[in-house]
Amino acid sequence: MSAGAPPQLSEEDLLVPATRPTLGKRLGSMTRTYASAVVLTLGLLVAWELTVRLAHIPEYLLPSPTQILGDFKTDWVILWPAMWVTLREVLIGFVIATAAGIGLAVLLHLSGPLRRALYPLLIGSQTIPIVVLAPILVILLGYGILPKLVIVALICFFPIVVNGLDGLRAVDDDFIQMMYTLDATRWGIFRRVEFPGALPSFFSGMRIAATFAAIGAVFGEWSGSNAGLGYVMLEATPNLLTARIFAAILMLTVISLALFGLVSLMERIAVPWAPKRESA
Amino acid sequence: MPAELSSNGNGPHGASADDGVGIQLRGIGKRFGEIVALRGIDFEIQRHSRIGIVGPSGGGKSTLLHIVAGLMEPDTGEVTVEGATAAGDRLARCALMPQRDLLLPWRTALDNATIALENRGISRSEARNRTRPLFARFGLAMFEDVRPAQLSGGMRQRVSFLRTLVADKDVLLLDEPFGALDSITRAQMQEWLLRALGEEPRTVLLVTHDVEEALLLSKVVVVLSARPGRVVRELTADFPTDAPRREIVTSPKFVALKEQALEAIG
Repeated sequence: MSAGAPPQLSEEDLLVPATRPTLGKRLGSMTRTYASAVVLTLGLLVAWELTVRLAHIPEYLLPSPTQILGDFKTDWVILWPAMWVTLREVLIGFVIATAAGIGLAVLLHLSGPLRRALYPLLIGSQTIPIVVLAPILVILLGYGILPKLVIVALICFFPIVVNGLDGLRAVDDDFIQMMYTLDATRWGIFRRVEFPGALPSFFSGMRIAATFAAIGAVFGEWSGSNAGLGYVMLEATPNLLTARIFAAILMLTVISLALFGLVSLMERIAVPWAPKRESA
Repeated sequence: MPAELSSNGNGPHGASADDGVGIQLRGIGKRFGEIVALRGIDFEIQRHSRIGIVGPSGGGKSTLLHIVAGLMEPDTGEVTVEGATAAGDRLARCALMPQRDLLLPWRTALDNATIALENRGISRSEARNRTRPLFARFGLAMFEDVRPAQLSGGMRQRVSFLRTLVADKDVLLLDEPFGALDSITRAQMQEWLLRALGEEPRTVLLVTHDVEEALLLSKVVVVLSARPGRVVRELTADFPTDAPRREIVTSPKFVALKEQALEAIG
């Protein structure tokens, strides 16, 4: 045996991708990824427009896509400030939910007795209909932003806790034993193995939560408010301003998509090592 | 500490090399419910010697390693690791290297190797400075900042081994360390390991189901029976570590020992 000789490294020892894809290639692959979604959406919009026009459906029953777009022009002064109100509720509520969700998941993970005591309560709490809870919160907390934040946070924190806790508990026992033989304390194992390993799970909980946040804000506004996209919808309904309702819905969708995209972007930055996932 | 990881033959903890008892097992027994995994295991190795344990799978070999490491207590018998008998004290003296490399995918190769130092409260930059020279010494230069997913199986296992070296434990427990590798890489890794141990002597307990690997890497080979695991044969291997592998493997002595071991396994 050639003791002392440098060990042989083969080409395969370093399996680094040859080159990074160029911007053009990435745009191309994005087009391929989303092409079917874009085509389907456009098709549906055209069908919608044609149905409304050919069947002479009145605008207060079902506005066509072009009528909704037209409404943006006339109602912009109402919609734009309302969107900022709702966006604020969504963002702050989501941040609270994320902090509370991560904190609770970590607490439940580190303490077995606490987990056994609180987990059933946590599941049970999710069976309380938010629709019922929202008016009570408004009575308790008033017409301001506070009850909306509570509702958004209540809806959003649950998937974060459940996913995060699963991620923390899914860490392979072998890693933990390995860490003990390398002089780790319980805290060291949590900090260096369990928490980083559970980050992808936390992010998938946050992505689910991101899609719920806007619904929570609208529930809150419906239960008592004087501003926001939910309030705009509530006010437009008795006046049969259906196009305005649809315009508000569109803005809510944009808020949700933007939040979802933001969470995905944060995940890419925080978890660059995670295996690439097929974009949903 | 890696600063003390010198190549003058003196191991960690400042003791003079190669003296005293490394690991001693007396009447070790372990059962899991109805299943008797180990029964009456006795053996002893000198400090900085290398012992190989071979036996059929399911024979309790990994259980034995976990008991020695202090991750588990035996039902009967006593384990002594360099004078320590309590589980926690044994754990403080042993580093376990499992079959799976168990590298943390979010850390670079270097940061995986430094983890034992960080666990002891040494700052990350200090831990990196101490560990970096080892990468060059053990053929991993330029791979410091690469994530495990971009390394081949053999390279990952080297990083994993380096991590146990950096932990600076006097006793290395190797659990099928190259079991997941193809036979060519495996042979390279066996040579690499012998060379590394030549520079950094440790008391080594190697568990494997590969008789040839045990004979090549160990000075003493203990053959365990199928469940319940008992010691059925003890063979003295101690082949020169600097002779070409092909010569050793084809020598009459090696062939005879291999024959005896395989016969004992049954």
